[in-house]
Amino acid sequence: MSQPWTPPLLPDAAFEASSQAVDRALSRAFPRLMDVAALLSPEASRRLEDLAAVAAAQTLRHFGRSRLLFTPLYVANFCQNHCRYCGYAAHVAMPRLRLSLEEVAAEGERIAATGLRHLLLLTGEAPQRAGVDYILDCIRLLAPRFPGLALEVFALTEADYARAAQAGATALTLYQETYVPSVYRAMHPAGPKANYRFRLEAPARAAAAGLPSVTLGVLLGFSPWRQDVLALVAHAWHLLERFPGLEVGVSLPRLRPHAGGFAAPYPVADRDFVHAIVALRLALPMAGITLSTREAPRLRDGLVRLAATKLSAGVRTSVGSVAGSEQFAICDTRSVAEMAAMLRQQGLQPVFKDWQPLGEAREQAA
Amino acid sequence: MEREDVWELGGRTLTSRLFLGTGKLGDESCLPAVCAAAGAEVITVALRRVDLQAPDQGVLAHIPDGMILLPNTSGARTADEAVRLARLARAMGCGHWVKIEIIRDARYLLPDNEATVRATEILAREGFVVLPYMSPDLYAARSLVDAGAAAVMPLGAPIGSNRGLATRELIAILLEEISAVPIIVDAGLGRPSHAAEAMEMGAAACLVNTAIATAEDPVAMARAFALGVAGGRLAYLAGMPAVRQQASASSPLTGFLEGL
Repeated sequence: MSQPWTPPLLPDAAFEASSQAVDRALSRAFPRLMDVAALLSPEASRRLEDLAAVAAAQTLRHFGRSRLLFTPLYVANFCQNHCRYCGYAAHVAMPRLRLSLEEVAAEGERIAATGLRHLLLLTGEAPQRAGVDYILDCIRLLAPRFPGLALEVFALTEADYARAAQAGATALTLYQETYVPSVYRAMHPAGPKANYRFRLEAPARAAAAGLPSVTLGVLLGFSPWRQDVLALVAHAWHLLERFPGLEVGVSLPRLRPHAGGFAAPYPVADRDFVHAIVALRLALPMAGITLSTREAPRLRDGLVRLAATKLSAGVRTSVGSVAGSEQFAICDTRSVAEMAAMLRQQGLQPVFKDWQPLGEAREQAA
Repeated sequence: MEREDVWELGGRTLTSRLFLGTGKLGDESCLPAVCAAAGAEVITVALRRVDLQAPDQGVLAHIPDGMILLPNTSGARTADEAVRLARLARAMGCGHWVKIEIIRDARYLLPDNEATVRATEILAREGFVVLPYMSPDLYAARSLVDAGAAAVMPLGAPIGSNRGLATRELIAILLEEISAVPIIVDAGLGRPSHAAEAMEMGAAACLVNTAIATAEDPVAMARAFALGVAGGRLAYLAGMPAVRQQASASSPLTGFLEGL
């Protein structure tokens, strides 16, 4: 049996690159690992405009002028984990809720009325309060309305991912948060999420179970960003090699203020954030890049021209519509209509549907 | 009088040899103008982009009446998925033409010929006009014809690459050997001159999406491609002179023999 995959964690010195190395990396259709290190280097940062030009051309070539809009729906915030940075962590005092299936259906109707057809379903990790069966019930309820139904829930087994796919889920979003094991341990001191490898291997389990799309990510702010972004690229490459037909997307959420009051030890400046996003486009030319409402409108409006292809809109991070239960504070509060208008103003086409799921129940509903 | 250059496909008589895509436009409301500038009669639409809850909205709403809709199976990774998507498209009233696109490679987006043959066989039997997108391979092309394809659609270069006829030699073999159905060059044609080149070689038509949809002015680019396709076609009909390695003097070098 082959060795389990382990992310490459390069030391800081590996990110020192010459201008020639950056040129070489920019000229490759599919950069290699050391090319990506060069693209993330301080030298590349000084040449951000060059990187942005190539990234914008790649994005135009592979995605044209269309950009997908979606929205999250938090259905429960019970959680056993003690993630130090999360507003839903077990130790944070906040109202704990789980939507009834009637409430889930009503939220689904409300969101579908905005025209969106891609939904991201989220929960905390509390199998006794909002476990797999509850999540499957939510999927079955929402699937007829949402041809793109992604899960952002705790890491599941392959069998449970298969059940989710069967029920109508079409994608997985699961962020490793950080690929650095020591930092991961420090940030996830207790609860099931403390199992680094179970989470690391979850996207592969989802792909093996038949989910056609996975989105990976790291939460920027825990540790020096270059190392984690490079490991994220390597993870995406690993999945593409193992599952050549899999649609692999990436995202780089930045830590935001939340009810737990955690301060990022390595905050990532706007310029570095943009650098990381355009480097992702160069490393993964075909990958969808998701940009959340953690980012400010001005930044999102700029990055949608360069690299971002999926944007959330009309976002609430509360459970359903319940005020006071927010996971974190968002920065871009624009509605679906406002986001669509922004895209049109930039000569881009807002796309509400970009997947046609198959499955007997789905085909009958269609 | 010059005879109109018409051709047959799927039981229809076509005058245009430029097929259009719809996937990457910034503003779908320009589709009528793009179609008019291209003089196109056939347009492909990804079923994954059609909202089955409101099929009359979105891209379909902008396609001019009278055009032949060619739903494609973008997103399909297996023959079974392509077949089910095609059936879904027909059930929705999108007609019985289908472009089969089966891709299991997220890096190069190359089509899976073997699965495409299987899907073609099933759908042709069910009465679809099947236009399969394929990697230009002679054996696969023959199998597609045997399976009932109405045309074969070899790629010029990977989707969206704008690299032109990177597969020129392989497409030339198909043009030489496959005469039972038209050959429509699809994907990779980044410039009108690429389309002209394909038509000069004897392709029946070209399908263009990225180059038109991502142009600064898609309407003008559609017109440019229409002219490229028309120019290439005219040159093909006119009889292209053979390409030689050596120079050929305008005055024969052995002309002195005449005076002897």
